[in-house]
Amino acid sequence: MAHQILVHAMAAGGSTTVEALVKHPMDSGFVKDKAGKLIPPHYIEVIEFTHNGKVVLTGFWGPAVSKNPFIKFAFKGGKSGDSIGVSWVDNKGETASTTAKIM
Amino acid sequence: MKHADQSKPRSPRRREVLAGAAAGTAAMLIPPVASAASDAGAAQASIYPARAFAQTSEAAALQAMFGKTPAHSSEVRMSAPDIAENGAVVPVAVDANLPDVTTIAIMAIDNPFTMAAAYKIPAGTSTAISSRIKLAKTTKVVTVVESAGKLYSTSKQVKVTLGGCG
Repeated sequence: MAHQILVHAMAAGGSTTVEALVKHPMDSGFVKDKAGKLIPPHYIEVIEFTHNGKVVLTGFWGPAVSKNPFIKFAFKGGKSGDSIGVSWVDNKGETASTTAKIM
Repeated sequence: MKHADQSKPRSPRRREVLAGAAAGTAAMLIPPVASAASDAGAAQASIYPARAFAQTSEAAALQAMFGKTPAHSSEVRMSAPDIAENGAVVPVAVDANLPDVTTIAIMAIDNPFTMAAAYKIPAGTSTAISSRIKLAKTTKVVTVVESAGKLYSTSKQVKVTLGGCG
């Protein structure tokens, strides 16, 4: 539950548009909690998207990417039923991955 | 919307995915064997340009990320709000009408750390990418695109009424 990734991929006109919403606090390290203590930085560093196992986008994120990051991009090719993989690793070494089918 | 829940394996395919992720994690512990981890389709921490993300000025971030400076180009396009009421969630969409784009980087000049996000673009992937970033205060947002080994950039001033990093 903690590391949910929502992926939506749609093929149209010879290309595939991918939208992903990743559940992650993306703590910058500059925000204080209610007790006035700094919340340590905790953010996704690398996120990778694959299409049938081939990398179609690698994102490098810093603490300035918003909480519960959203990303939208497109690549050439892809058809309904193909597999889209998403995986990430954060600065604490936590990881998550998921796959979805192109609609 | 498809969604996967990490805590509840539901199908044999899920298990394969988890096994794949585990393989990727193992590969991360071994010094960079790029192909091993990407075959498993898992993001690797070893390729993160940590030095670029630790810089606090535009010049230093560019130097760490690319080792060169960009020329302004109207072929690089960026869409961001003129005024962001909430600096914690500022939608930024970039695009470039340039050939052989390999990298796109988004920088927020007056943020504590300049580099916000960078994307590696393999052949066949569109240069149009939308995501959301945090802005600490009113700042210039710069998009840098590496095309055929050269750097091009565009920038836009975004007024922030409520900061998103503090």
